[in-house]
This record gives sequence, structure tokens and C-alpha cells, in this order.
Amino acid sequence: MAYKIVASQCTACGACEFECPNAAISTKRGTYVISPTLCTECESHFPAPQCAAVCPVADTCIPA
Amino acid sequence: MAQIISIESLTAPVSAEAMRAALESGGCESSSCGSSDGPADMAPVVWAKVKDHPCYSEEAHHYFARMHVAVAPACNIQCNYCNRKYDCANESRPGVVSEKLTPDQAMRKVVTVANEVPQLSVLGIAGPGDACYDWKKTQATFEAVSAQIPDIKLCLSTNGLALPDHVDEIARMNIDHVTITINMVDPEIGVGIYPWIFYQHRRWIGLEASKILHERQMLGLEMLAERNILVKVNSVMIPGINDQHLVEVNKVVKAKGAFLHNIMPLISDPAHGTHFGLTGQRGPRAMELKALQDQLSDGTKLMRHCRQCRADAVGLLGEDRGQEFTMDQLPEVAEYDPSRRAAYREVVAEERGEHVAKKAEAAETVAASEADEKVLVAIATKGGGRINQHFGHATEFQVYEVSFAGIAFIGHRKVEQYCEGGWGEDATLDGVIAALEGVQVVLCAKVGDCPKDSLAVAGIEASHEHAYDWIEAGIAAWYAAAHPAAQRLTA
Repeated sequence: MAYKIVASQCTACGACEFECPNAAISTKRGTYVISPTLCTECESHFPAPQCAAVCPVADTCIPA
Repeated sequence: MAQIISIESLTAPVSAEAMRAALESGGCESSSCGSSDGPADMAPVVWAKVKDHPCYSEEAHHYFARMHVAVAPACNIQCNYCNRKYDCANESRPGVVSEKLTPDQAMRKVVTVANEVPQLSVLGIAGPGDACYDWKKTQATFEAVSAQIPDIKLCLSTNGLALPDHVDEIARMNIDHVTITINMVDPEIGVGIYPWIFYQHRRWIGLEASKILHERQMLGLEMLAERNILVKVNSVMIPGINDQHLVEVNKVVKAKGAFLHNIMPLISDPAHGTHFGLTGQRGPRAMELKALQDQLSDGTKLMRHCRQCRADAVGLLGEDRGQEFTMDQLPEVAEYDPSRRAAYREVVAEERGEHVAKKAEAAETVAASEADEKVLVAIATKGGGRINQHFGHATEFQVYEVSFAGIAFIGHRKVEQYCEGGWGEDATLDGVIAALEGVQVVLCAKVGDCPKDSLAVAGIEASHEHAYDWIEAGIAAWYAAAHPAAQRLTA
């Protein structure tokens, strides 16, 4: 149970990185990636995955 | 007023605390002070804040340059005129940027620019996302730069949603200028502009989103005004959506203490991939923008010299030298050398003294005219307050309105550069003529016979008789010659 980032659509704005409650998001070669081991889809933190809620590009932070 | 623009006052360190103390002791109602005003029109403490800021003082924009560093890419709202994926180095508009910088890279860039562009007076963070939402990077950048260049003015621009959370830090860091983009004071209108916002860990849409945004914008504006931080309000004029509503926005932001209101035309093109671009929402024409600005001219003073610059722009407002300072061109270690900026400021102090005197003379010349005709005059200028650019090299013209009541800067018109490498092409002159709608005469440093004739056919006079003169002096001389009554009276 984790989210992933569609690298081709990512603008690398970094909003997801500081909204993530699990510090699961980091940069890798100019784009952001989500660690599947750290991601909890924000369960027990927030009602909705924060990366998807803040991402400016539709369908870019999606279930892996 | 001469002592206010002495060299000493230009170079003396002025603490924000001292300004705030003086402001609190009365004097200026900040909302009544304006962008096009000079030292005679506002309290010294406010003039001190704006006199070197090209975006807050129309007079300063002839002399001083700003730079934006794109350290804050994250944003917490979506606007229908913005597409975050878009990036083009040839495109000059807000939110667009070629290179995102870390705070450390930004510091090196600012120091390099300060060493090479002596006009630099202001460092702004305008995204490409939101400077208050991406606060840690904004803060780190300002702190690093201030440590190296203590006299640089700091400013930031924000959509306002995260602003109330950082007002105290903004005050503490001596950020004296904050721009809030406020496109509506009625959330119903906001629905057509903002599809969503991200606030308190969730995405809000529709009316709720606009309500929250509106409340946060008003709160942020009030908090800044209470602390005597100068607030500029930017509004994007979107025909059919908020154009008439901006009259109400103007009233509200003025009442809440905004220093300046800047109405910007919507930039909309399908190629930008924005919602408005794709749905065919058009931007206003230059004369529509002017009509709205004229309607508001009794409200909070309007900024009319905005160039809607990129989030990584460098240089005087009319030019962008960002391409000269990309990361690959910066030195590994940049050390600040204050000598060039200091020397430039001495020169500017002298020039400004002369400019003020020439402006007053020009006002007398046109006042002596019996003609009550209002005329729009376009100026080709490279800066410094003078008519000093070749007609064919101008990428924009500064437009002034002149009548016996005075000479007022009212805006600028962007044009495609039609003359590249020494010859003109008639095809693009049509674009220049269209951009000069309503203008009666163009004053420039040089104009060829061919474009001059084409302009004449379109009813626009072009003249280089006043080349290298002060803008206002050139306009007054032309106006006096065009209205012989004025000439007779001043002779």
C-alpha cells in the first residue's frame, strides 16, 4: 500500500516532500520519488494522501 | 526636498525599526501615498522605503533594478491562468522560470548580479510557486543574502493563503514590501478563477476554496498593514470574470491599508496550456486596461509600470538579463564587492536631482498651454529617465499622458522587436502600430524614414528631435511645439 509519482509529469516543485507525514518523498535525478516502504498513503495521519492533494498536476501522485 | 535624495540619504543604512517608529508617530496615511509620486508627495519615511524600489516607485524604476530568485517552486493553490509545467526562456510572465535554485545557489547568483549590475536594489521571491507556502526556502535565501549584502531590499509575493502564518517572521526579517495577488473580494467570483486550494492538510474546491482564500488574504493584508509593511496588491484583470469587480477590490484593499494596487492584464494563450488559455478566455486590450485604471485613479494609487516579470527576472523592469546569469555561468564562490553599487548610487543621486528639476520645468511648460487636449505619447527608452532608445530596438514603449494638467506615466506597451540587425520588416511594423493604439506621437533616439512614413500613414508621428533628453522635458517640448499657445506663453 503506497503511492508513486509519475516522473514524466512531475514539475519537481517539492510540495509533496514537505507535506508527506512519513518523510517518504525525496529527490532522485531531478524529480521526486516515493519510498514504497515508508509510504502509508497517509493512513492514520490524514483523510487523504497529502502528495496527491497538493500536487499541481492531475494524476501524477497515484496508487502504485 | 533636495536633502531627501542626497547621496547620504541614498547610502545611509536605514533600519526598519526606525522607519516603523517614525510611521507610528503619524505622518503618512500609507494608502494615500502612491507609486508615481516623488519625495514631495509622501512622508520621508515612506519615500525612503520606496525610492529605490523599481516596483513600488515609478520614478525609481528608471534607475533601479530588481532580481527574482526562483527558490520557491511549491504552491498551495491552483489558478486558472497558471500552468506549472510550462517553461520557456523567451516567455516573460509571472510563474515562469527556467531554473529552480537552492537557497545557496540563489545567494551566489545574487552576489554575482550585485557585482555586475550596479542598478540592483531589490531581491524578490515570487515563486515560481508561493513564497509564503514554500517558506523555509524563502527564509533561508533571504537570510543568506542579507548576511552578504545588508542594504539589499527584500520583498516577496504571495497568493496570501499561507501569509498570516509568517507575518511576524516577515516583520522580523525586515521584509518591507509584500505583494499579495488578490483577484476578488467575492468568493462567488473566485470560483471562476481558483479551481482548488490546499489548506490544513486537505484540498478544497469550489466556493469553500475561494471563501478560505479570501479570508486568509484579507487577514494577511490587515496584519501587514498593522505592522506598517508596505503592501502592493496585484490583480489579474480577466474580462467577463472580474474586470468590473476590480473596482470593488480596489475599494476594499485601499480601506484595509494597501499601499499600491496593480491591475495586470490576463496573459492567455492556448500554447501556455493554462485553463484560461485552453478555454479561449481572452486578456484585456491595452485601452480596456487603461479605461479600468482611469476609473480607479482616485482609489489606492495604481501601479502602471508593471512588466509582469518572470519569477527569475534580472535587471531593470523593461529588460531581462536572466540569461546572463544562469547557474552554469556563475562562479563557484562569489564574493560581494560593494564598490560598483555604491558608485552607481552616487551618480543616481545627482541625476535624480536634475531629473526632478527638469520634471518641474516640464510641468510648467505644459501648464502654460491653453490646449486642454489629452495626448498619449510613447517613449523609447533604455532607462535612466531619458529618451535614449532607437525606435527599431524598442521591445516596449513607455506611454505618458500629457495635457495642461501635467505629464503622467500611464503604462507601457510591449512590441515585437521589428528591427534586428539593422533592417526593418514591414510585416512586424503592423504589430507595433496596433500596440500603439491611441498614441499620437512616438519620441525616440533615432527613427528611420521608412518606419516614420509607415507610422505617419497610421496617424502616428515619430520624432527623434528630443533624443537623449529627459522624458518629461522631451514631451513638454513636443507638446509646446504642437500647441503654439503654450509656446507663446512660455517664450
